[in-house]
Amino acid sequence: MPKIPLKWLEESVSLVDGHTAEDVAAALAKVGLEEEGIEGGGVSGPLVIGRVMTLTKETASNGKTVNYCRVDVGEHNDPAGPGHKPDNKEEYPSSKGIVCGAHNFHEGDFVVCILPGGVLPGNFQIGGRKTYGHWSDGMICSSKELGLGEDHDGIIVLSSPSGESEVTFPGLVSDGDLVPGASAIALMGLDESTLEINVTPDRGYSFSVRGVAREYSHATGQEFRDPADVSVTGTAGDGFAVVVEDQAPVRDTVGCDRFVARRLRGFDPTAASPAWMKRRLDQAGMRPISLAVDVTNYVMLELGQPLHAYDLGTLTEPIVVRRAHTGEKLTTLDDAVRSLSEEDLLITDSAGGHGARAIGMAGVMGGAETEVSDATTDILLEAAHFDPITIARTARRHRLGSEASRRFERGVDTQLPPLAVQRALELMKEFGGGEIEDVFTDVDSTVALPQIAMDVAFPSLIVGVEYTPDEVVAALEEVGCEVDRDYESLLVTPPTWRPDLEAPVNLVEEVARLRGYDNLPSVLPVAPPGRGLTHGQRVRRSVARTLAESGLTEVLTYPFIAESRLDELGIADVDARRDIVRLANPLSAELPIMRTSMMATLVDAVKVNLGRGEQDIAVYELGRAYQGKNIGDVPAANPNDGRITPEEIQALNEALPGQERRVAGIMAGNRVRAGWNGHATAWSWEDALAAVERIARAAGVEVVVSQGARMPWHPGRGASYWLADGSFVAHAGELHPKVCETLGLPARSVAFEVILDPLIEEGEGSIVEAVAVSQQVVAKEDFAFVVAADVAAGELVDAVKRAGGEIVEDARVFDVYEGEQIGEGEKSLAVNVRLRSADHTLQADEVLAVREAIIASAEKEFGAQLR
Amino acid sequence: MTELSPLDAAGVDAAVQTALADIAAADSLDALKETRLAHTGDKAPLTLANRQIGQVAPEDKATAGKTMGAARGRLNKALATRQEELEAERDARVLIEETVDVTLPVNRALVGARHPLESMQERMCDTFVAMGWEVAEGPEMEAEWFNFDALNFDPDHPAREMQDTFFIDPPESGLLLRTHTSPVQIRAAMDRRDGLVDEGRGIYVVCPGKTFRTDELDATHTPVFHQIEGLAVDKGLTMAHLKGTLDAFARSLFGPDAVTRLRPSFFPFTEPSAEMDLRCFVCGGADSGCRTCSGTGWIEWGGCGMTHPNVLRAAGIDPDEYTAFAFGMGIERTLMFRHGVKDMRDMVEGDIRFSQQFGMEI
Repeated sequence: MPKIPLKWLEESVSLVDGHTAEDVAAALAKVGLEEEGIEGGGVSGPLVIGRVMTLTKETASNGKTVNYCRVDVGEHNDPAGPGHKPDNKEEYPSSKGIVCGAHNFHEGDFVVCILPGGVLPGNFQIGGRKTYGHWSDGMICSSKELGLGEDHDGIIVLSSPSGESEVTFPGLVSDGDLVPGASAIALMGLDESTLEINVTPDRGYSFSVRGVAREYSHATGQEFRDPADVSVTGTAGDGFAVVVEDQAPVRDTVGCDRFVARRLRGFDPTAASPAWMKRRLDQAGMRPISLAVDVTNYVMLELGQPLHAYDLGTLTEPIVVRRAHTGEKLTTLDDAVRSLSEEDLLITDSAGGHGARAIGMAGVMGGAETEVSDATTDILLEAAHFDPITIARTARRHRLGSEASRRFERGVDTQLPPLAVQRALELMKEFGGGEIEDVFTDVDSTVALPQIAMDVAFPSLIVGVEYTPDEVVAALEEVGCEVDRDYESLLVTPPTWRPDLEAPVNLVEEVARLRGYDNLPSVLPVAPPGRGLTHGQRVRRSVARTLAESGLTEVLTYPFIAESRLDELGIADVDARRDIVRLANPLSAELPIMRTSMMATLVDAVKVNLGRGEQDIAVYELGRAYQGKNIGDVPAANPNDGRITPEEIQALNEALPGQERRVAGIMAGNRVRAGWNGHATAWSWEDALAAVERIARAAGVEVVVSQGARMPWHPGRGASYWLADGSFVAHAGELHPKVCETLGLPARSVAFEVILDPLIEEGEGSIVEAVAVSQQVVAKEDFAFVVAADVAAGELVDAVKRAGGEIVEDARVFDVYEGEQIGEGEKSLAVNVRLRSADHTLQADEVLAVREAIIASAEKEFGAQLR
Repeated sequence: MTELSPLDAAGVDAAVQTALADIAAADSLDALKETRLAHTGDKAPLTLANRQIGQVAPEDKATAGKTMGAARGRLNKALATRQEELEAERDARVLIEETVDVTLPVNRALVGARHPLESMQERMCDTFVAMGWEVAEGPEMEAEWFNFDALNFDPDHPAREMQDTFFIDPPESGLLLRTHTSPVQIRAAMDRRDGLVDEGRGIYVVCPGKTFRTDELDATHTPVFHQIEGLAVDKGLTMAHLKGTLDAFARSLFGPDAVTRLRPSFFPFTEPSAEMDLRCFVCGGADSGCRTCSGTGWIEWGGCGMTHPNVLRAAGIDPDEYTAFAFGMGIERTLMFRHGVKDMRDMVEGDIRFSQQFGMEI
């Protein structure tokens, strides 16, 4: 995101008197440019140029190598003689002693020193101190410490006469200014702040000092002076030949609608960029390279128009702008060989034939063969306008975001090319000499931005603030629009730098932000009476609450798993839980698929807690499991005609993989802890089953239990649950011992997983019909049935209820006995039955008849004998 | 010992006085029982005197009866009173003796808790439901059309690139994990379109739920997160209504003094668009060292704006007839600044101690 040095900004707009960088940031935020950071400023006190006289490498007790340096800091030097204690055993020439941990510098280098009494950004106060066995009078500074960014490692080297060190900011401070002891604050521009701003995609023009200055003017009313207000000398005509031959426009848009090329001859390639230009480039985050390149970058930063300087001598007319051919390659400025796509827009020249040689990826990066070098005396300067989508696609395809592509993909002012070329060539000429060719090339097929018709009252209708017609017109004119007003109708022509202004609502935003979002009244709209939460939403809340109230803690796990997790859970190869949905671009190659069961990720939550020393763990999660087959066979393709038909919506929905809502829980360790008043009770299979019953009750639905469950449950201690219509809804019980062992869960962990959607659907709209509470006396009958050991108690109870008929209020097993008093392979089930009539007191013969019916039925269906 | 005569008023009185003294002196229910026996038993002087009433001269019978009746009355009353006193004393003593230590831990069963992101979502929804809004939900695995096209994302919008969005394999399936809950806005608007157009029922929905982006988990990012978005479609809605809704929402979560501010911004699906900031509810902008707002006085809370006409068109709603606003915020982020959660990882790792701090409600 662009970094705007405030001193540079000030050339195009007067900053409010007494401003701080924070004030400027706040003003820009009001109109929609958010601050990302403020660099520079915040340095005070003695920050001076130093020359490293001697440098002694010493290994400290912690194994780190540090340098004890004697640095010449001119007027700040200690007099010659013994050093400051503990360095008073040695005699030193006039200098200061500084300990430095960086190693990118050598004796004789010019560096930047902050001396005692100085303050670095972040209100970091510098004093003399004892460190690593020496007295250190301050620090040799890095760019980070000075708030100049984190782009460079080590300390700043301003100049290295020996040539041994890499200079950090070449030419930033001219050699004449490298005087030991001289203040470096102004020399390095440290008295200047740079504001980094976040530019939203609709404001490409704010990728420039020009655009930001305009926005600051909008925010404050301060006067804007357009830096693009330069007069173009010479005439457009028969300059360096350029043709645009776009054989494959992207989305019906020709890739290049303007191309200005102009020659500068007799330029001195050895001429250096002025220090101020280098400093500004550096503040803006770009490295100074050479005068010709620096000027193109400088003008781009200032006006927003990317420029490219070619070595004219390497070019063959005409330049052809075309799409790449299959298999075509280009070596870009960064010396990378790029394999091009037929969609990439290229700048080519005619060396070897018309448009035969690629010399740049249009709007993204130039080619290596034709770049300006330290021997280039004749330059061809290009300023073009490219289609944002073409540039965006190329930049993304090649993962090559450049300063140029960032601007082009957000939209550049179509009227800038000749102005930017003029400005750049004048700067090159000023500092490097040469002659600007009088005739230049301007291939121009740009068309004016479409006019927008808008009712003058429209902004008020959308924003809810009463703007007068004059206010609306003034705001639009402020942003650069031309406004034709005919009574209530406006015909608005957006300025060439605002291609984002396409519709009346775009204009509304301009009016609203210029007049200020802080003036919006606050009016609460009145919604029509709502229907409250849906049945499903209420059920899910009840389920979540009942589980939490029965001792389980809710967690949220990521739905990404490895396929091996399904193996660890023992899920069979033929099982719906193997119908996996795979991610095309998983975050981790190890977790490429979506869970098909909540259990698959909930076990991880158990393991996290185990790993942190918890032994009694009960967790649950409401979420979705995803299942899909033949994904992509019928793509959920985009309907192309803009509008979507109900049939198309249905097709999209049918293409979606299954993503049922579920709830699952895993419990391990104790449900009741041992304490002063009793023993511990472990979580057991019944708790898992009871949880399912609670969930069904929360949903208001009857479920039927049956013996047995699939993996990962214990085959003998797992249950399945079904709706009355036979659809499967849940498993619950003890986990399979093998699964516990494989996954590192405590032995005899128990779990449940319920598919909520069918439960919710089943209960939807059902209204409980109340039965009058009987006032009659209850009769209690107990039975002890001896049955085969494999008879399911639940089924026996169901038979008892059926046999007893309407007057059975409740029947439940209250004891199960297997042992000596009962035969081998048999068990005794004690059942308590409550009988009650709705309208009379039961007579003894009635009770007896029911009792006999129950016994007869139990015997008939299960061979049960009364004990 | 001579027998007491029922006509000996002084003697009877003396006997009563003796009995009363004994009753008063009885310091336990057992002692009182003995006292009762001594003074009202068969051999007690007053009992014997009473028996003699039959033997006195007929003209004295009334006097004798009266004297003895009064005497027995006083005695029985004193006995009953003392009985009550001693029973009360005993009961009080028993209650004290039965005292337990109520500071002992009483619940040995595990205590559960809700995840705060879930209870926060519910709380947020309740605010809107109370205003008549409805809670709309939709699929997490979504068609690209709902996630992007319908929301006015140009096909070349960078958000469609792989670096932000989880796509379902094969990539040409046109399926993804939704990157925001905005597709639910489209679905909800489509579902309610007929009510809007035919019956004039404005659409007011919030859409909470899980969303996905390809961010690595760190202290401030998580690839799976939660959002709540709101959409209102009606005749005559303006940005002022958006602001009013956000203010009401802020007050419900941060108290009656909560203040919001809008700043211009850009989103493909709204125009005008805004960032929404909340006045720092900790320092109110008064503390340059405030940790909640980093000293700026404002907390970035979400994005919002007037729904773009193209989005309304995608839902089959005529933007010339209806206007709409939308807003959205991260629930993790809200939880972080409202409750001082420092690290996103605490919310996603499943450590039960994190949920336990919040209990059942938020």
